[in-house]
Amino acid sequence: MHEIVIISGKGGAGKTSIAGAFAQLAENAILCDLDVDAPDLHLLLAPKNLLQTEFRSGNEAIIDLNRCDRCGLCASVCKFDAIELTQRGFQVAPIRCEGCKVCVELCPADAIDFPERHCGSWYISTTRFGTMVHAQLFPGQENSGRLVTLLKQKAREIAEHDGYELMLCDGAPGIGCPVISSMAGTDLAVVVTEPTPSGRHDLERVAKLCDQFKTKVVVIINKCDLNSDQAAQIEEFCKANGYPVICHFPHDHAVTKAMVKGQVITEYDSGPASQLLEAAWKNMLNILHAN
Amino acid sequence: MIYAIASGKGGTGKTTLAASLITLWDGPVTAVDLDVEEPNLHLFLNPQELSSQKAFVEVPEVDEAKCTLCRACSELCQFKAISVMGDLLLTFPEMCHGCGGCFAVCPEDALFPSKRELGEVISGKVGDIDFIMGCLRIGEAMSPPLMTQVKKILNQNTGGDVIIDAPPGVSCPAISAVIDSDCIVLVTEPTPFGFHDFKLAWEAFAPLGKPMGAVINRAGIGDDSVQLFCRKNGIPIWAEIPYDRAIAEAYSRGEVVVQTVKSLRETFARLQQRMKDAANAANQETGRAMSTEVHHA
Repeated sequence: MHEIVIISGKGGAGKTSIAGAFAQLAENAILCDLDVDAPDLHLLLAPKNLLQTEFRSGNEAIIDLNRCDRCGLCASVCKFDAIELTQRGFQVAPIRCEGCKVCVELCPADAIDFPERHCGSWYISTTRFGTMVHAQLFPGQENSGRLVTLLKQKAREIAEHDGYELMLCDGAPGIGCPVISSMAGTDLAVVVTEPTPSGRHDLERVAKLCDQFKTKVVVIINKCDLNSDQAAQIEEFCKANGYPVICHFPHDHAVTKAMVKGQVITEYDSGPASQLLEAAWKNMLNILHAN
Repeated sequence: MIYAIASGKGGTGKTTLAASLITLWDGPVTAVDLDVEEPNLHLFLNPQELSSQKAFVEVPEVDEAKCTLCRACSELCQFKAISVMGDLLLTFPEMCHGCGGCFAVCPEDALFPSKRELGEVISGKVGDIDFIMGCLRIGEAMSPPLMTQVKKILNQNTGGDVIIDAPPGVSCPAISAVIDSDCIVLVTEPTPFGFHDFKLAWEAFAPLGKPMGAVINRAGIGDDSVQLFCRKNGIPIWAEIPYDRAIAEAYSRGEVVVQTVKSLRETFARLQQRMKDAANAANQETGRAMSTEVHHA
């Protein structure tokens, strides 16, 4: 089985719209939304959840004010400034707590509890394009990397059991924790960019990350007609680094219109937009299998 | 006052908005890019006189001569950054969150501090505006510790307002960027993705109890679900920026859009006023609450 992840560095470059179209074009793929923080692929694929599971990961410190002697040691050892002295006594701000257990361990009055943290939920669902594994992290939670790793692992198990040949993942923006977790085991990264200074800058950073992981990169230039100078510079950068550009996709209002209808581009439009994405998909498969 | 420009969905126009606000701002202001994974604000503001400082997190290293393999450190570590394998204590610096717990519990004083590079903190000037950004080292997974270091430098800067360009999303990096602000501007676009992530961001930030307003960028595309949601939940819409190819093109040339598309000036002036009014009103309210408390005491 091969694993593909669609990333971009910069948010809003078009990852999910392209992932949706690829989900339709893929013949035997398990689908995975690895943007567990702000997932959107389900808005196009309308998954029916077959299984919902709580995601619990890490712990959080909670001070029991009845047991607390107010010595303040916890606040002084916390490297994350998570413990404040309020009118009621010392309290942990859950949003700042890293779950490191240092205060729990060092508290002389043994007054700090350390329950497991419920960080979100993950799902196995059916969609009109096949099985989908996805999740929703609760707002402000940590451990997105661990949840990404868990989703990939579940998707691999299902793929093995049901005989899928491909795992198609929509990734998160940025280059941090969830993106790094999504790179593990990935054969090919499809990097979506746009011909703007931000698009180019962020492509360069995320492509470098892929190089560190020795993951093959192909590039899609979205809204390619917005600025031909920028597009040419991206083209040059890709050429110099051996990243094939598999699609030049012009700005097209069909993308938003399809989204509003809850459809993927290739369902909504049978014109040039769909043809370009079909060609890109074939192009990408050729590169994947040429490995 | 500290103003954070945030959004759930990426690419809705945070940087465009931040760059324009900073350029037009009345009074002294510091520009801060806290989207350390993919910082972009500098591409539009072109800061000069740059100086860069590497940022690190403190991680443990083992003095094997002193270590008795008692496992106090490895049992405490919640991040699998230190563990005993055979007769060796191994550290995995890239897993370390820098909590310092292992140093504190080691009975033999067998750990000494080493460091892992998080990235850089870069400062500069845009005219007379101070500029600060964080830039995460490629391959580094944790952005909040670098953001904390950017914020530390920021705290030394006294006087004037601060405008923060925040990272997308609603998880720890996004919260970390807005948590110390006095006012949050949520930028969205009126599409199903924009709306969905706007709701997530609102849910994530509302418990922080800060004044918050929406800016609808690319108004006219998509549908009106964002407007309806704002009306229903009493979220003020501080600005609507119409979809305009000229704006997208100015952005693609690295320009501050308000300087190219002059018709936006009034919208941004109004937005600035609304942000300031909201932050001041909330500030006065806290002031009043505190004086009442003192009075009661």
